[in-house]
Amino acid sequence: MTKHINKQILFRLLLVLLLSVLAVGLGYSVLSLPLEASGLSARVTENLDASGVSHPVTAVLLNFRAYDTLLEMAVLLLALLGVWSLGDMHEHRESAPGVVLDMLSRLLIPLFVLVAGYLLWIGANAPGGAFQAGSVLAAAGVLMLLTGWRPSVWFMGLPLRITLVFGLVAFVTAAVMVQLAGWRMLEFPLSVAGALILLIEAAATLSIGITLAALFLGSRPPTDQATGKRTGPGAKK
Amino acid sequence: MNIAFFYALTGVGLFTLGVYALIVYTHLLRKILAINVMGSGVFLVLVALAARTQNAPDPVPHAMVITGIVVAISATALALALMLRLRDASNHIELPDESVE
Amino acid sequence: MLVILPLSGAMLCFLFPQRVKFLGLLTAFAIAASVIGLLLQVLDQGVQRYSVGGWGAPLGIEFYVDGLSLLMLLVTGLVGLAISVYSSSYFKADKAKHFWPLWMLLWAALNALFLSADIFNLYVTLELMGLAAVALVALAGGADALAGAMRYLLVSLLGSLCYLLGVALLYHNFGSVDIEILAQRLESSPAVWAAIGLITAGLLLKTALFPLHFWLPPAHASAPAPVSALLSALVVKASFYILLRLWLEVFPVASASMEQSLGQLLGLLGMAAVLWGGVQALRQTRLKLLVAYSTVAQIGYLFLAFPLSNIIGWKAASYMLLSHALAKTAMFLAAGNIMFYGGHDRIVDLDQVAQRLPLTLSAFGLAGISLMGLPPSGGFIAKWLLLEAAIRSGQWWWGTMLIVGGLLTAAYVFKVIGYAFTSSDLSHEPRAVPKRMEWIALTMALLAIALGLLVPMPLALIEIGSPFGESMP
Repeated sequence: MTKHINKQILFRLLLVLLLSVLAVGLGYSVLSLPLEASGLSARVTENLDASGVSHPVTAVLLNFRAYDTLLEMAVLLLALLGVWSLGDMHEHRESAPGVVLDMLSRLLIPLFVLVAGYLLWIGANAPGGAFQAGSVLAAAGVLMLLTGWRPSVWFMGLPLRITLVFGLVAFVTAAVMVQLAGWRMLEFPLSVAGALILLIEAAATLSIGITLAALFLGSRPPTDQATGKRTGPGAKK
Repeated sequence: MNIAFFYALTGVGLFTLGVYALIVYTHLLRKILAINVMGSGVFLVLVALAARTQNAPDPVPHAMVITGIVVAISATALALALMLRLRDASNHIELPDESVE
Repeated sequence: MLVILPLSGAMLCFLFPQRVKFLGLLTAFAIAASVIGLLLQVLDQGVQRYSVGGWGAPLGIEFYVDGLSLLMLLVTGLVGLAISVYSSSYFKADKAKHFWPLWMLLWAALNALFLSADIFNLYVTLELMGLAAVALVALAGGADALAGAMRYLLVSLLGSLCYLLGVALLYHNFGSVDIEILAQRLESSPAVWAAIGLITAGLLLKTALFPLHFWLPPAHASAPAPVSALLSALVVKASFYILLRLWLEVFPVASASMEQSLGQLLGLLGMAAVLWGGVQALRQTRLKLLVAYSTVAQIGYLFLAFPLSNIIGWKAASYMLLSHALAKTAMFLAAGNIMFYGGHDRIVDLDQVAQRLPLTLSAFGLAGISLMGLPPSGGFIAKWLLLEAAIRSGQWWWGTMLIVGGLLTAAYVFKVIGYAFTSSDLSHEPRAVPKRMEWIALTMALLAIALGLLVPMPLALIEIGSPFGESMP
């Protein structure tokens, strides 16, 4: 028994040693980087006017490197698909929320939705945008789920799926349409860039919010053989 | 050394701590948390070093980090669901001891 | 286009779970057609570069297609099509509902990866691919598959994060994440060495090079058969592809001597992989684990491209990628058929499979021939090229590894075939294997052999845009 423990301690010491070397090496290489470097910020500022928005991060995310964002939406959807493929829901008895939760959620949820809308809109000029707004929307969703509410059964089939892919669909459609109109994939012509970006972001916000909230639930919604009972998630937290 | 490097070094530290935790702990939840810590470390390095500019910080690493965060969330969600399913199927919350390290 | 198609396919499959099979197959054929289109375009115009979003690098992201990426896309298209047809018979309705969208997303990730010329974009595609692969492995259900999937996920994430840290260091050093620009700007510095180390480590984890291969056998063996084929044939090759590309185009500039020693190290690990994988494969009692360890071994050969860094080595590795992808697909599909038929995959109890599933066994045998490196097959050509590369660069000792590896492969392939001819004590209730599945397995194997005969074409393809310049026979 002690021999086993000794071996373990030895292993851990060795690991700590190796990792310290790694850390020092990495630290040294980080410190060796030049003190001042502007990276791509100059280029971004130059091309900012041609991008349709005035906030540099949004411009990078939704115009210059929009392709990355498109793939990222796919990743989010993929996570949900993966989680849903894992199995059905467990039983869940609906219970009335406590007084505090009840009251707070009534106050907070509309506030969250409002904040999400604001973040979406302001993303063109200041920090904000689809992901930020989507996260806040998801928080609203999670709060609703925590109170024991579940969306009605008719929503769970096709309509739910449509809202989930909506963001990715918008992105892909935009990508293809500009290509058909003669430009390259995802190249937004200046005149419509701002509006197009806002549209994509709006669709994305909705999808991101719902996807994240669905991920919180952790399992697949009941399918068409829905019984009268509301079913719910295996608890994740 | 200016302040950006301080944060970057913290990022490196977090990364290394995460690696240690990933290897040493056997409970799956801790491994998943370790991955998250590592991710935060990398993001910190990205963002900190972006502050080395003259005026506004470099926006491209910021965008990369936003993308990275979303990817990390997706991965964590999948990992957690997988962990729960594994626990249900096998009654352990650790990986079977095949040939890990 | 190649990326949009599978993405749309995935979404359609998700939205309409009833018609999943039809939509999936339709998309598969469409993608295959697009790849052919791209092939024609490249043959006509040479290397292609395409700025997504109209913004060139370094501000935007670029696609880059040369001989190597085209080859990978072709292999992906071919194997993808085969797997799609196979899966249409393999999965029952409710598993199929989940399989198809996930598979389409995986295909999208693979295509995006081979097209990309931007290392951060590669990170996103790597993650997309990894998560899709994990979800597909977990589809099999059961504690084994779930554990294998979990381990795979953790390893994959570790690899991705190491890779990302390397990318971060490179970007902050040189101000771009585009491969071509980095190749121009790269100079030797501690940050670059750290980045090279990190990126290589991350990608090695994902490619399962010995000794970082521990996650592969459980994951590939417990996944559903078509998924195992996908993983062994395509997914591990994808991270190898990135490693190859970065090494040959970006890193040489850093420091020649470092590169030499690191190349030798990778070659040594490759040799260890071949030996270790081969021996472990021999020891297995279950068919799919045997095939999985075979993958570990065969991946070792690929890493010979690093010490043998010349035009022939490059071609040899590409040929190996190609023939292994086909042969391994055939093997896993054959194994899948056998499991489908008998309900288990214990090698000792392979009750007269030879008589009952002749097509499947032929597939397995032919695939084995390619893996062993016997003529005429793709595997033989690949090993021949490797040998030639080794001799040419004066590093003949790798040749012994090729021979030993071939012997080990022969040993475990014959072991399986031997058992397939005998009858066992247990009798099972066989389930009929759909003809489609058998034929696909056989076709893949035949293609692997055909590669040995149609040599000049793929080789010429690889030369397009190769970093060593156009050259010789």
